[in-house]
Amino acid sequence: MKSLGTTFLRREAGIVVMIVLFCLVVGAVKPQFLTLNSLRIIFLLVPLIMIGAMGQMLVIVARHVDLSIGSILGLTAMASGMMFRFHPEIWWQLGFALSIGSGALLGLFNGLLITLFRLPAIIVTLGTLNLYRGITFIMSDAKQIDRQYVPTALKEMSQDSPIFGIPWIIFMSFGIATLTYWFSMHTRIGREVFALGSNPTAAPLRGINVSKVTLTVFTISGALSGLAGIMYASRWGFVNPSNTGNGFEFQVIAAVVIGGVSINGGLGTALGTVLGVLLLGCVAAALPLLGIPGTTQNAIYGAVILVALLIDRLVRKQGQRQNVARAAA
Amino acid sequence: MLKRNLLKSLIGVVSVVALTTVAFAADPVKIVYIGKNTGNPYFDSITGGFKDACKSLGCDFEFVAPATAEATSQIPFIEAQVQRGVKVIGIAPNSPDALNQVFDAARAKGILVLTVNGDITKNESHRDATILPTNFDIVGHDQVEMVGSLIGYEGEIAILSATTEAPDQNKWIVGMKETLAKDPKYAKMKLVATVYGDDQPEKSTTEMEALLSNFPNLKGVIAPTTVGIAAAAQVVQGRKIADKVHVTGLGLPSEMRPFIKDGTVKAFQLWSPYNEGWLAVHFAKGVLDGKVKNEVGGKFDVPNLGTITINPGNSINTQSALTTFDAKNIDEYKF
Amino acid sequence: MSNVENPALAPSREVAAPRPAWRIFLIRPETMTLALLILGVFAGSQLSEFFLDINYILKSFTLYAEFAIVALVLTMVIIAGEIDLSAASNMALSACVFAYAQQTGAPLPISIAIGLSAGLFMGLFNAFIIIGLKLPSIIVTIGTLTLYRGLAQIIAGDKSIRVPESFIGINNVFIGGIPAPVIIFIILSIVLGLVLGTTIFGRQIYLIGTNEVAARHAGVRSKSIKIILFATLGLTSAFAGLLTASRLGSVRYDLGLGGELQMVLMAMLGGTYIFGGRGTILGTFLAAWLLVIVTTGMIVANWLPAYQLCVLGVLLIISIIATNFIYSRTER
Repeated sequence: MKSLGTTFLRREAGIVVMIVLFCLVVGAVKPQFLTLNSLRIIFLLVPLIMIGAMGQMLVIVARHVDLSIGSILGLTAMASGMMFRFHPEIWWQLGFALSIGSGALLGLFNGLLITLFRLPAIIVTLGTLNLYRGITFIMSDAKQIDRQYVPTALKEMSQDSPIFGIPWIIFMSFGIATLTYWFSMHTRIGREVFALGSNPTAAPLRGINVSKVTLTVFTISGALSGLAGIMYASRWGFVNPSNTGNGFEFQVIAAVVIGGVSINGGLGTALGTVLGVLLLGCVAAALPLLGIPGTTQNAIYGAVILVALLIDRLVRKQGQRQNVARAAA
Repeated sequence: MLKRNLLKSLIGVVSVVALTTVAFAADPVKIVYIGKNTGNPYFDSITGGFKDACKSLGCDFEFVAPATAEATSQIPFIEAQVQRGVKVIGIAPNSPDALNQVFDAARAKGILVLTVNGDITKNESHRDATILPTNFDIVGHDQVEMVGSLIGYEGEIAILSATTEAPDQNKWIVGMKETLAKDPKYAKMKLVATVYGDDQPEKSTTEMEALLSNFPNLKGVIAPTTVGIAAAAQVVQGRKIADKVHVTGLGLPSEMRPFIKDGTVKAFQLWSPYNEGWLAVHFAKGVLDGKVKNEVGGKFDVPNLGTITINPGNSINTQSALTTFDAKNIDEYKF
Repeated sequence: MSNVENPALAPSREVAAPRPAWRIFLIRPETMTLALLILGVFAGSQLSEFFLDINYILKSFTLYAEFAIVALVLTMVIIAGEIDLSAASNMALSACVFAYAQQTGAPLPISIAIGLSAGLFMGLFNAFIIIGLKLPSIIVTIGTLTLYRGLAQIIAGDKSIRVPESFIGINNVFIGGIPAPVIIFIILSIVLGLVLGTTIFGRQIYLIGTNEVAARHAGVRSKSIKIILFATLGLTSAFAGLLTASRLGSVRYDLGLGGELQMVLMAMLGGTYIFGGRGTILGTFLAAWLLVIVTTGMIVANWLPAYQLCVLGVLLIISIIATNFIYSRTER
């Protein structure tokens, strides 16, 4: 375990080095990239992805995948948006409860389909990706929730706070990351997620309730997507039935894979995922500053995912070699 | 074999039904409007114009739209409307050329194909006429005048557009550049950058942030797209720099109202999408009834809009100049 | 990635009692697909009086024929225990490469060859990463899905490239009243159905998907077979991309956007088992018609696209539940 731990520390140090190098290179070309202001830009780009990535990390560690998070984000944001619009008399803070709660239910539904019918998560969530998006259209009658309906106090959470003027949503995203770290390292069920992912066949033999663990990770993923949903309304000030959350799953999976979470399950850390999210944020903020046209962005993301996979492969090989060496000793 | 016969007889029944419906000429004219995608607030207003005009002229109206705005997503919808036997297809095309083949097939069946709120530039021969909200040749000039009046006709300005190839926006940008270069009134204004937010809120926001970082002396931003202007305004609002950087462009009153109210944006422009739908139905009904000739230079009357002329390229405009929205009049507009 | 070997799924050996032949034929996923297809035709005719017109249905099928053609080969890839989500992006990139080549002045046949080889190369690239570097196909092809479409975006930018007039209109070529893309789909179904169902190569694909280690011990060259499958898929995607270009008359980077979902849906609806080892071309063939019937029925009835999304999502989930159920019942 220790040798794997050090490997992973090295992996995280590697991402830090990549972030620093990237920033230095961009800063050399465009000095304004290395200012407090662009730090603010980067940190305002990533909160939604970071929160989504924490849930996705747990799902991937358990050797599943959740493709429906973008649609959950859209549906939960729309639920709160409709509450703001049609029932402005209700305390707006309840939007958080509504979005997180409905997100948890949608995630639980995914988990139930997967555990009850023993179905592959990738196909189930591909199905619910469409289903949840369709429901969002139907419940909203395909109408956007305009800016005037979203409470000003909610929108201000993305712009300000009493603490050095750092927007609330940045604190919230790092708070969620810390909670995820604690959950994955220091709770029994959190450790069971890793045990299940590293060896699904042996998990029941070790007394792990596979269904319970699976339901838990999908419910968490759904709830966090719900939180990202209300934060979308806060950050962008509107909710659209078709755009809101569209393609979110690809950004999140890219960040998680870059952050060193193994797609073969069982391995991954909250810290690595946070760094993966930040690296993506740096790239996204640097492209327009460098004047690189948006048309190249997809190709860059695709290449980054593939490179991350290759690194993951190399690290795994090394880890195996170390394990073998330890077994021989 | 049995199934085949069943199918045949069913088809027979259907075609008889179809024939009889054709025979009853008193049936209301079916008009359909195909939007770019569902959930796009811009089309609610156009559809409103279509609906009201169809009600007053006694036509049947349907609005359909695909879930996404990619180039080919409208094709199955066009084919389905042909199959349903509509007489008029109004469409906001998602592609300037991928729809040519389907349009030709529809027109071969005698259907009137109108592009409404966007044209198939360079492929105009594949549609019957286009209904555009205003004369697109003067939009560029009007937008430069707008931003000039806000910044005192002096200082650096930038453009935040939609996608790099968006035909309407590119036409306006050419107009803006010509105006800036030729008209001495704007000689002290300098266009420092044109960036593209791809009509996505996230991308538009990062592009706007990059503009502010790259050009600290920026005084004005023109965003001739509804997504872009809202994103730019939000950045300015978040940084509390509304007194330094003036955002203007083309926006929807429903989306821009909060920014006007809190002073982030002083003024912006647009046209009436409602009138596009209203005009399209009156024109189409007139052509079908033989009262309006669809030829360049032809004139016809539309209630509330007055006499309309068909411009070269069978292009019809609902209004001659842009409407400007500011704190004084924004509440008069319900879209 | 979700290739979890679930012990509860493993067939229990005791239930190997002989079954009457009619049950073996009846309790098959393809039977379910056929039943749904008949139901779909009936429902469509109830939804709209304009639906039941064979010419309209054939014409509508041409809009999905390109995806259906790729789905046939994808079925074989899934049976071999892999998946490829990058096929729709491959279609777009191949078509863009083709259109770009002929725009820069290459003669039409050369441009077509360039487009097809681009697709073949993409298939081989997928195969190299997945088989050569032993990485899971699902994540690799999510990466190449983004990469290939991104490259198409770099080549074509945001504008569309026209293709020459002589190349346009394959969907308007009729043979015996049937549009050419539909004919191509039917012929390819028969050929691939024979390959998969009657040849040794076909049997080996099933073997690999059922148990790759055992297959290798039995002398099956699983690596080369998988490479052949990915390469064929790449080539077929490029071919489908060119068909699309011919139908539309122009090429843009967003050609076939989201097509991977339709393809996977066709394979799943046809009873292909997501974990590999089971499935038929007949199933995918029927499922392609089912999908077209259902989508067309809803569109011609002017249903909101929202309902279409819901129906497609629910169909996908129901089909895998049913497939899993049927396979666990008929296992011997």
